[in-house]
Amino acid sequence: MSVRTIWRKSVNLVMLSLTGACAAITVAFLFFILGYLIYHGGKDLSWNFFTKLPTPVGEAGGGMANAIVGSAKLLLLASLIGVPIGFFGGVYLAEFGGRTFSFLVRYTTDLLNGVPSIVIGIFAYTVIVLPMHQFSTLAGGFALGVMMIPIAVRSTEEFLHAVPTSLREAAMALGASKWKTVATVVVPAAIRGIITGIMLDLARVAGETAPLLFTAFSNRFWSPGWRQPTASLPVMIYNYAISPYQDWHRQAWAAGLVLLGLVLVANIGARLILSRKTMLQRT
Amino acid sequence: MATVTGFPNPSLALGASRVNVPGEAKPSPGAEVPPRLKISKLSFFYGSKQALCDVDLNIATNRVTALIGPSGCGKSTFLRTLNRMQETIRHTRMEGQVLLDNQDIMQMDVVSLRRLVGMVFQRPNPFPKSIFENVAYGLRVNGWKGNLREAVEHSLHRAALWDEVKDSLHKSAYALSGGQQQRLCIARALAVDPEVLLLDEPCSSLDPVTTAKIEELLFHLKESCTIAIVTHNMQQAARTSDFTAFLLDGRLIEFNPTSQLFTTPADPRTEAYITGRFG
Amino acid sequence: MATPASVVERAAPPSAPRALLRRLRHGDEIAHLLTLIFASSIILITSVIVYELWINSHLTRLKFGWHFFFTSTWDPVFEQFGALPFIYGTLVTSAVALFIAVPLGIGAAIFLAELAPPKLSDSIAFVIDLLAAVPSVIYGLLGIFVLVPVMRTTIEPALKKTLGFLPLFQGPMYGVGFLTAGVVLAVMIVPFIISVSREVLLAVPGDQREAALALGATRWEATWKVVVPFAKTGIMGSIFLALARALGETMAVTMVIGNDPKISASLFAPGYTIASVIANEFSEATADVYLHALVELGLVLFLLTFILNGLARLLILATTQRGSVHA
Repeated sequence: MSVRTIWRKSVNLVMLSLTGACAAITVAFLFFILGYLIYHGGKDLSWNFFTKLPTPVGEAGGGMANAIVGSAKLLLLASLIGVPIGFFGGVYLAEFGGRTFSFLVRYTTDLLNGVPSIVIGIFAYTVIVLPMHQFSTLAGGFALGVMMIPIAVRSTEEFLHAVPTSLREAAMALGASKWKTVATVVVPAAIRGIITGIMLDLARVAGETAPLLFTAFSNRFWSPGWRQPTASLPVMIYNYAISPYQDWHRQAWAAGLVLLGLVLVANIGARLILSRKTMLQRT
Repeated sequence: MATVTGFPNPSLALGASRVNVPGEAKPSPGAEVPPRLKISKLSFFYGSKQALCDVDLNIATNRVTALIGPSGCGKSTFLRTLNRMQETIRHTRMEGQVLLDNQDIMQMDVVSLRRLVGMVFQRPNPFPKSIFENVAYGLRVNGWKGNLREAVEHSLHRAALWDEVKDSLHKSAYALSGGQQQRLCIARALAVDPEVLLLDEPCSSLDPVTTAKIEELLFHLKESCTIAIVTHNMQQAARTSDFTAFLLDGRLIEFNPTSQLFTTPADPRTEAYITGRFG
Repeated sequence: MATPASVVERAAPPSAPRALLRRLRHGDEIAHLLTLIFASSIILITSVIVYELWINSHLTRLKFGWHFFFTSTWDPVFEQFGALPFIYGTLVTSAVALFIAVPLGIGAAIFLAELAPPKLSDSIAFVIDLLAAVPSVIYGLLGIFVLVPVMRTTIEPALKKTLGFLPLFQGPMYGVGFLTAGVVLAVMIVPFIISVSREVLLAVPGDQREAALALGATRWEATWKVVVPFAKTGIMGSIFLALARALGETMAVTMVIGNDPKISASLFAPGYTIASVIANEFSEATADVYLHALVELGLVLFLLTFILNGLARLLILATTQRGSVHA
């Protein structure tokens, strides 16, 4: 073996090991994040955390009950916007759309997907907060709903496309009209994927902070109805983290753990649901 | 016209209703019975490409008519025009006329047409539902008002599948074997009581034993149903059909009683095909 | 001939079934219309976003014109607004992020696409997808309490000692600043580089690799000199995609950049990005001009990400199609 070959083989070994190291480092990031949150956040996770309202600075024992409820309300509103538009938009693209208009819709959906979340917040502000002259759950829910649309559309379309044409033909040959075929055969066949897509979409939107900063704003107390500003988990984490108070820092960790836990459960759950053998695969 | 013995006729909310017409007895071989489908000067185009050219054909009532020919000769295209399935493909055009019992199928409502003219596809394509729901689907979609369970059971009997699935009706259709799935698809198509059943190479993905079962099925079915079957397998055509049509390059070359076509073909091209010189 | 009964019952469709048939056909049309409306609403919403961004920034567009982008004063009190510090901050933090994330990401993608057995590759890809799902504010949390102290006490001093001759690594070290923000951004965008690059590399036809190996190349040589160049455009696309994400990233950056609208040569210095200033000051913008200045920044961000995403998609499309043409 010549010197050159030895050199080449060494380079080979070194570079390949380096790539492995890159992959290992990236994987380590996730475990590092998770570990840190469990360590710091786990300590302060208590019954109080889930049931009590925030207390004034200096008083111990405060919780994030209003933030949890607030986030839930925001997600509910978001799904009222995101799910119908996403689902029916996806059905349109997969089943009914004409060539040019579908292209336009897809292009616009991708465009919307790329809009930074803070800009969506500005949009919700101009469209809802300004006319209402106040921050509100409505505005926050609207912003999150708009953010949900692109992913809901894309995943619905994808899973509908995955249903084989032969099923559609079988239904039509039996005399089912187009919409009946879609409603009674195609959508049920794709429903598992569509639901997981929406689940993941909700998880993503649940962690968004920027669009809420000047739409739902924040609230130290309960937020009655939909027209008042409301606390939310991510905004609470942000406010507490940048504050100078130790107690609030600890609560930020706990809240971070809860938020990350929800996001991970949704992601892993979606993966499990999709990988389980469906009726289609059982032999 | 066929009725389902012992069962009430489906009273359908949509489409024409079917009535047992007394006086039309089971036709004996050779009796003069008007053809169920009359196809005249049928041409079909995929865009600018012509797939069928001036086909004239009659599909005899309560008989099995086989369509044979080499790959790409247009036999599947032809079959699919009979229940207007070709309309699901873009940029296609049909010329000529197809009459179902003297009614132009293009004038009929396509949904009613497809209830009267059923189809079984090349590969079994049961829905991702239970066996029961698969057979019941056509009935539900067409607004069946009768007893669903009885109708499903009857269809499964007609498809010779009942004994094998009667205890597992609520299991997934995908739990069945390929041959069973295809018979399920036949049951599904039969559930809406079609007058005509179109089969597009139904046995091409099945083993010989299952194929034989399905061929036997067709023999019994034709008593109540008019059958048109596309097949690649000439022996199958010879075994199962009463009439055979030979297509080549989109044209009908010969159409004769099966025994005649296979023993003394009228056209030299037919002879060349059936003796295996091409195709 | 068909018997009279059969002719009658189908030749003259009774009125009730005909009305029902019409409704059935309308069912299809209704479904088409319903779904069309929802699909059109997407186009409507996006158009309104652009519209609102445009009209709610007209005060500053009229007042400052193009100077907006070249002035560095940001003075709400005297209503002088210049976007330069934020553009600078956005570009610098993104550059630092790419500097770190691109080699890391491409390296990991190469490992996953070329070396790892399929099951391992899929599992690791899943973990990386999870990383992409972590909310920004959580990265910020770890940024403030973990990274900033480490930067201030360990990393920045080390850099100053070794590379301090560069103006990049001079000046006081606060922990917060361009460098820290860049590092956090890098961790956040690396999953996108990895997942897109991995797919693009996997799409390279196998015979390319085999041809190189058959000529006696080592695994690394085959990968680096043949496969990666083949997928080059797609990898570029993934970088553009990651850059677009980095530009719009708000929370994590806001929490660690120091929020100081100044332009500095040093990476240790605190700065400000477009997204951060909007996040921090929007809810407090009292005067209309102030608000319009912030909205104009939002418009800039929108345009930048629009262009980058568009380019990214074109590049990725070009690679995957090229792969299939060769296959």
